[in-house]
Amino acid sequence: MKHDVIIIGSGPAGLAAATELRRLGIRDVVVLEREQTAGGVPRHCGHPGFGWRECRRLLAGPAYAQRLVAGATGVDLRTGTTALRLEAGGRVHTISSTGPAVVEARHVLLAMGTRETPRSARLISGTRPWGVFTTGALQQLVYLAGVQPCTSAVIVGTELVSFSNLLTMRHARIRPLAMIEAGERIVAPRPGDWIARLAFGARVLTRSTLVAVHGEQRVSGVDIETPRGRETIECDGVVFSGGFVPETEIVRTSHLAIDPATGGPVVDQYGRCSDPAWFAAGNLLRPVEASWTAWSEGRAVAHAIAASLRGALPAPTHQTVLEAAGLVRYVCPQRLSHPSPLVPALRVNVRVSRAGRGRLRMTHGKRELWGQVRSMLPERRLLIPTVAGDFATLDRVVVDLALPAAR
Amino acid sequence: MLHDVAIVGGGVVGCAILRRLALGGLCCVMLEKGADILAGASKANSALLHTGFDAPTGSLELACMRAGYAEYHEIRDSLNLPLLRTGAVVVAWNDEDYARLAAIVEQAHANGVADVAQIDASMLYRLEPNLAPGALGAVQVPGERVIDAWSAPLAYAHQAIAHGAIIRRGCEVQGGERESDHWVLATAAGEVMARVVVNAAGLYGDHVERIARPAPFTIRPRKGQFVVFDKTAYPLVTAIVLPVPTERTKGVLVCRTAYGNLIVGPTAEEQDDRVNATVDQQALERLIANGRALVPALADHPVTAVYAGLRPATQFKDYQIEALPGEGWITVGGIRSTGLTGALGIAQHVAGLYVEHFGALDNAVTPIPTSVPNLAEDRPRPYAQANPGEIVCHCELVTRGEIEAALVGALPAGDLGGLKRRTRCAMGRCQGFYCSWRIAQLADGRLADVPQPTPMMRTA
Ligand SMILES: Cc1cc2nc3c(=O)[nH]c(=O)nc-3n(C[C@H](O)[C@H](O)[C@H](O)COP(=O)(O)OP(=O)(O)OC[C@H]3O[C@@H](n4cnc5c(N)ncnc54)[C@H](O)[C@@H]3O)c2cc1C
Ligand SMILES: Cc1cc2nc3c(=O)[nH]c(=O)nc-3n(C[C@H](O)[C@H](O)[C@H](O)COP(=O)(O)OP(=O)(O)OC[C@H]3O[C@@H](n4cnc5c(N)ncnc54)[C@H](O)[C@@H]3O)c2cc1C
Repeated sequence: MKHDVIIIGSGPAGLAAATELRRLGIRDVVVLEREQTAGGVPRHCGHPGFGWRECRRLLAGPAYAQRLVAGATGVDLRTGTTALRLEAGGRVHTISSTGPAVVEARHVLLAMGTRETPRSARLISGTRPWGVFTTGALQQLVYLAGVQPCTSAVIVGTELVSFSNLLTMRHARIRPLAMIEAGERIVAPRPGDWIARLAFGARVLTRSTLVAVHGEQRVSGVDIETPRGRETIECDGVVFSGGFVPETEIVRTSHLAIDPATGGPVVDQYGRCSDPAWFAAGNLLRPVEASWTAWSEGRAVAHAIAASLRGALPAPTHQTVLEAAGLVRYVCPQRLSHPSPLVPALRVNVRVSRAGRGRLRMTHGKRELWGQVRSMLPERRLLIPTVAGDFATLDRVVVDLALPAAR
Repeated sequence: MLHDVAIVGGGVVGCAILRRLALGGLCCVMLEKGADILAGASKANSALLHTGFDAPTGSLELACMRAGYAEYHEIRDSLNLPLLRTGAVVVAWNDEDYARLAAIVEQAHANGVADVAQIDASMLYRLEPNLAPGALGAVQVPGERVIDAWSAPLAYAHQAIAHGAIIRRGCEVQGGERESDHWVLATAAGEVMARVVVNAAGLYGDHVERIARPAPFTIRPRKGQFVVFDKTAYPLVTAIVLPVPTERTKGVLVCRTAYGNLIVGPTAEEQDDRVNATVDQQALERLIANGRALVPALADHPVTAVYAGLRPATQFKDYQIEALPGEGWITVGGIRSTGLTGALGIAQHVAGLYVEHFGALDNAVTPIPTSVPNLAEDRPRPYAQANPGEIVCHCELVTRGEIEAALVGALPAGDLGGLKRRTRCAMGRCQGFYCSWRIAQLADGRLADVPQPTPMMRTA
């Protein structure tokens, strides 16, 4: 039996899409979730900061996740079900507690979210004892298992998610000793470092890197390199935060194209993958957005899927490739499909590799199609308002950032 | 209780000796200082089962490797141990290398590895199309194998237990006195008495040896670091790709693992520290560059993990195995870089020494098959079978049933490393991002290094 839609992943993106598809009258929506509980990452963000826009109140992650699940009425939500392999024709090979199976749908939405780069893939020197975590692992140990995994820790990274560790640590009575950032300034908005210092007592060390981990069974300390030299901090925990990578393993072994720059699947403005029967939304697309954005994307892509099911979103006859160049690290979506009969589900989203102020522009050959002077920071998104129709005849458009000539 | 034999050290060598002597009807105990077996050299290696084609001709090492290789093939089915018939190629990348290929073949034949032959570059690229261009030729060693370096010693230990052997962990041997006809060993967990002591203490072999005599060798740890590439890289090479060795090291290899990854390594670095096998960013970066130089397509595959191990090398090339008949002592030291292969052969040799000097063994015992859970990718794993239950580790697809089984029984995991070695949990690309919490919950204080949950703190 072919379902109307299979959604892989029950985070904010997947659940928002499922709920919206049902609201749009799509009957047969199946959500596959490999965890035993639906809700995605917010399930284990035990601190407030969710739901402000979509639920109109400030919620902690778990409460937000529960609301999303409760809202997905009429959806066939299958927890404890892992999507293992994807196959053209809308076929998804799964494993669940009863064994392997294959499910099929007219459209599949990929919404598997993102994880953080662990210590090993960062090639950090030193020993490999207990006490080295990612933010996600720390959150789950504390909020889901009730473990106090260490008593004093250093946080690597200064993205928003890095700062969320301060709240997790307060809850678990872990002393945050320092936050370490390689760049000139913290990645999260500015007052972050003041809050870390004043409210949590953590030092914020910019232009610094963690170079080694010490300890045999447990972490006993870390070495950091700062502009003032090398320093050892005694601690029994280290949290590597951020360095997000989309959870695309099953995509990489499928027929769908991956963008090495985002790490996510290549999509068009409707969230359609290189095979237009497949869609993607949420943080699987690129690192990384807040839950609100993932949720909105899920909802918007649901409209495109519903349109496609009704025959109102024909397969593309032509595509414009959006190509990131220079300081622009990635652009997502990577394609603009033509014809474009609907409002785009995804806005063109750009990340740069370093802080700067310059002219963000889209060019075709020597011709500038769009341009605006913008200030930007790494890991901060920039949206480009575009109308795909403008580019209907073009094969390739370059997105880059022109810095003023150095004086 | 007076044991016939006490083995000091629960590495792969200790486990294999324990099995062999227990199968011989002896009452044996193995004393391991770590929270689990395989706490030393045996926890991190390349996992190759060598033919001995390049071992020193006429050495004890070669004899043990040949015997170990043969016995592994004989017993592996009854213990449920995997075998990847990968073969190996020793690749010549320059004229100097190329000139040495003939000698490699000659030595292999002298060592009794008859199927080793030189192949030309076109044949090499037919076998390994993803190899970088520029190879001049190679020696093909069809018999080289990849195995599961953790399940093998675990299986030896389990079979020994089935035959009455005792394994005590957290039991460091700190000293000992020879009474009239037996040893009284002082350990971190009290006294242990045995007629004969086998020193298989790996990286501490010389320290333990001093209980019986001035150590005739000194351990000089030699570190080897590895980079593990993502499972998507597994198909890139089939054979174990080796360089032409130099005097000092066998060099950096690229090969598959039984768990479905591709590894690049090891380095060879002398150090004084016997405990910590640290990884080093620059060395890892060099290994990655080295791997990409050998197999350019590796550039498209992410790194999953990194690890390092210490070889218990000495000032001597060969194994240091010797019986001290008057002392009731057998030394098994300096099992440097081939101990996984040699272990079963070393155990046979030690059994021979025991019979020669200390007493008889029962040859009529029928081994009890004790199969260990399969961790290898070439055979079905529990997740893919009917009713696998909850999947806890999503990257390595480890079920709750597998984790629970590893936490109980005759030799339960002693620490997180031990649980990983028994199940592969948390060893995949996310390195515990998704599953550490569930492991901590299931372990519930039973692993030495993982704190116990206190439900008070849970909110979700
Ligand atoms: C550690 C961490 C902390 C964060 N903190 C915040 C925060 O405080 N505030 C905020 O706004 N945002 C935060 N974010 C960003 C977060 O990613 C988004 O809030 C949001 O959860 C993204 O939603 P999503 O639906 O795209 O993915 P996710 O919420 O990640 O959900 C993906 C779901 O897919 C499932 N899945 C994955 N692979 C498979 C498969 N093969 N088969 C079946 N199911 C699968 C996963 O189990 C998961 O439930 C954080 C992210 C991380 C990683
Ligand atoms: C990088 C690298 C790659 C390798 N690749 C291969 C390969 O591909 N194939 C192969 O065949 N071999 C390989 N080897 C070699 C192999 O790993 C070793 O030869 C083997 O592990 C040695 O085992 P062992 O039992 O002698 O020592 P160990 O494993 O060190 O065992 C000794 C044990 O004794 C314990 N101990 C020490 N002191 C005491 C004490 N006082 N009381 C109680 N217990 C004590 C230790 O905790 C330890 O567990 C490799 C080694 C390395 C490092």
